[in-house]
Amino acid sequence: MLKGRHLIDPQDFSVEELDQIFSLAEEIINNPENFTHLCNGKILGTLFYEPSTRTRLSFESAMLRLGGEVVGFSEPSSSSVTKGENLPDTIRTVAAYTDIIAMRHPKEGAPKYASQFSNVPLINAGDGGHQHPTQTLADLLTIRIAKGNLTNLTIGLCGDLKFGRTVHSLIKAMSRYENIKFILISPNELQVPKYIKTEVLDRKLIDYIEVERLEDVIERLDILYMTRVQKERFFNEADYIRLKDSYILDKEKLKSAKEDLTILHPLPRVNEISMEVDNDPRAWYFKQVRYGMFVRMALIAKLLGVK
Amino acid sequence: MLNINSITKGIVIDHIKPGYGIRIFEYLKLDRANFTVALIMNATSRKYGRKDMIKIENVIDLDLAMLGFIDPNITVNIIEDEKIIEKINLSLPDRVEGIIQCKNPRCITSEERGITHKFVLLDENKGIYKCEYCDQIYSWEG
Ligand SMILES: [Zn+2]
Repeated sequence: MLKGRHLIDPQDFSVEELDQIFSLAEEIINNPENFTHLCNGKILGTLFYEPSTRTRLSFESAMLRLGGEVVGFSEPSSSSVTKGENLPDTIRTVAAYTDIIAMRHPKEGAPKYASQFSNVPLINAGDGGHQHPTQTLADLLTIRIAKGNLTNLTIGLCGDLKFGRTVHSLIKAMSRYENIKFILISPNELQVPKYIKTEVLDRKLIDYIEVERLEDVIERLDILYMTRVQKERFFNEADYIRLKDSYILDKEKLKSAKEDLTILHPLPRVNEISMEVDNDPRAWYFKQVRYGMFVRMALIAKLLGVK
Repeated sequence: MLNINSITKGIVIDHIKPGYGIRIFEYLKLDRANFTVALIMNATSRKYGRKDMIKIENVIDLDLAMLGFIDPNITVNIIEDEKIIEKINLSLPDRVEGIIQCKNPRCITSEERGITHKFVLLDENKGIYKCEYCDQIYSWEG
């Protein structure tokens, strides 16, 4: 039962519960006109303690497309937060007005703390560098639609794998499905943190390799998840110069990739995917943005118990 | 060995790791007690070689989870009529609330007033906990 639940960590829901959300999202994608009144009379509260226009617009569009309404704030300066109100009081107040809450906060664990005071479902819309579960749902739904299922895949994760929370969440989430292999592509200093290797990959006996260059492995991938590598994250200039082009996806590298490769990116991008790739049928990152809205629609409907 | 009179009614906290007795003594605020208490340090122990002990001639409420968190090998003996009527073996508690602080400066616990720091047991063998909010790892041994 998803009705009345909070979503704080992508692992809060079982694989079966995620399946229910994805199936509903697919129904919505196929027949959006059937869902335009589903949330009539319901209100989503969007509490954004730090600005994130993309995520907020995605949540708000999702609710409006379901026929619901939206209230909230997009940065703390416009709210009572600056007057020093504590989080429990804000949450109790907003929960009194709304039917469901989406909350973004710069501090890690803030949505978890807030959920203890909310008697309506609370969705973590990103808490610092910690979790961003609806991004993970968007990633999974996109893979599921691109590949037909979430099993038997070789997934390449490329770029900054040390600090990228979307990468960590995706590894944990995909590790729950059958026969998944990971190819982790990053400079040595930006490899996946050790705890992900010991507690997730090794513990579940999941096949993975770590490599430095995308061009060496791209032909083996079913999914390629690109993230940005910032120059400041490299330890030395020499490594940066040697490797920087290995983390930029362009037409040349795609020549050796599979015909049915699916390229994903959590966006916004800087230059890690060359714009010449955008028209390639393997580029799924703009669809991924759209699926992100649909999966939020399905999530809202399930947590409200209206579907 | 130093002789401490046996107690008729009270609590003996036994098998405390040497050096930890004073911490428990302070945590239980026994330095301010108005009843008889004894802190025995570095007593000989058949089991561990050396141990600390605390004898309390009174019936007080003990937070067993907290004691287990400080040292899971502690034994708590409840005494009545000079006899042990109950022997409680402690273990690491599943949850620790309001005892240790999360050290992650990006954690919500560093900002909110009135928030209780909560930790969940992650690895019993290694005594590793994680912050319930930000997942930051905490291990007692530091
Ligand atoms: Zn914390």
